[in-house]
Amino acid sequence: MDSSVTTASEENVWGGGNKPLNASYGKLMMWFFLVSDALTFSGFLAAYGFSRFKFIETWPIADEVFTHVPFFHGNFPMYYVAFMTFVLIMSSVTMVLAVDAGHNNKKTAVIWYMFLTIIGGAIFVGSQAWEWATFIKGDYGAIETKGGRILQFVSAETEERVALDDFAKEIASERTDHERKNGVWFFNEGYVPSYTVNEVAAGLKANDDVLIRTEAIIQEGEKEGEKTVLSRAASLEKMKDAALVVEGANLVRNEYGSRLFADFFFFITGFHGFHVFSGVVINIIIFFNVILGTYERRGHYEMVEKVGLYWHFVDLVWVFVFTFFYLV
Amino acid sequence: MAHEHKLEIFRGLLKFKSNTSKIWGVLIFLSIITAVEVALGITKPKMLTGNSFLGMKLLNWIFIILTLVKAYYIAWDFMHLRDEKSSLRRAIVWTPIFLVAYLVFILLFEADYVYTVYKEGFVKWNF
Repeated sequence: MDSSVTTASEENVWGGGNKPLNASYGKLMMWFFLVSDALTFSGFLAAYGFSRFKFIETWPIADEVFTHVPFFHGNFPMYYVAFMTFVLIMSSVTMVLAVDAGHNNKKTAVIWYMFLTIIGGAIFVGSQAWEWATFIKGDYGAIETKGGRILQFVSAETEERVALDDFAKEIASERTDHERKNGVWFFNEGYVPSYTVNEVAAGLKANDDVLIRTEAIIQEGEKEGEKTVLSRAASLEKMKDAALVVEGANLVRNEYGSRLFADFFFFITGFHGFHVFSGVVINIIIFFNVILGTYERRGHYEMVEKVGLYWHFVDLVWVFVFTFFYLV
Repeated sequence: MAHEHKLEIFRGLLKFKSNTSKIWGVLIFLSIITAVEVALGITKPKMLTGNSFLGMKLLNWIFIILTLVKAYYIAWDFMHLRDEKSSLRRAIVWTPIFLVAYLVFILLFEADYVYTVYKEGFVKWNF
């Protein structure tokens, strides 16, 4: 910064106060942090690639998992994630504009652009929370076999997914809820799936137009890249391996397929979401500092530039997460 | 102020009048790339998924290349690496690229090996 006074004549390059590489200490340290953080994210994504290549023929297809848009019913693959990507890029733009306004010492402009950046970040974090909620809740339900593989159900005519709700047969059982008044040492009952394995099996037997879809991806021919749908006879045979009803997702199992898929979803988007959240918090702090006139008194808006770097980095990481988790 | 901005992108093909208009220009470019990615991701043209180059589908090559293009413009124009000294820029960019390329190479190679063991090595895992 020109405005900060240094007594350059008495200093050597590494003695402090000087600016090696023409970048100030704070900016250089921010870059150090960003490079190391980039390596952390790369580690996550590379590990994701490892697991995916290991199970390349059975990995879930992201298009079929992320099909929801808030307030709309239906099948909209990728639309919402694309919207989130756009929101983040947009908030990156308002951030650069804030930095640019800071260079020109326009306080009001910086305030407004910072405000818009914060709003964009909040929309993104909110969208991600919604996405997590939808992912955890699930929508069709599936069966897990003894070997830990996921079996999903499709309609025979359209090959579209069928929810357990649509075909499982209610079987009256003697199961009663354990209540506090009956227990000496009472624990709340944990989560219980809506249907038992027997109810799903009976439903499958009763509905001729329901087939089982396995995790295996067809490797060649007309339907290359799609999941394998079993014939009616094979479906009934496969149902004998059923061990559990799975609805939605948690860290142990999920209805979408490979167990690792949900784990990586939670870890990668969660770690990124945490970055966005902390970015929003830091942006808010700087926002108030700008309003209070801290940087005006300091004579330069370099602090805005530094949080700007962090904010763009979050956007940069999302570009990679978007590609490797949702597109490829 | 000593804030010199380099205002041309695409190797000088497009030169903007001010830093602000350059920012908007880059935004439009990034939005177009994202739109192309999403469109390809939804339609999945058979021509691109059916053919592969170096063991990877053409579609995935396109996705990865477009991602790197996007990353370049975010780093160069939004994080204004374009305006930094080239030594700083190289230190920031090449260090992670080298390490990540190395890591990805090892992990994916190993994963592919594990895949063949599962497939052909008499290990029963889908029962």
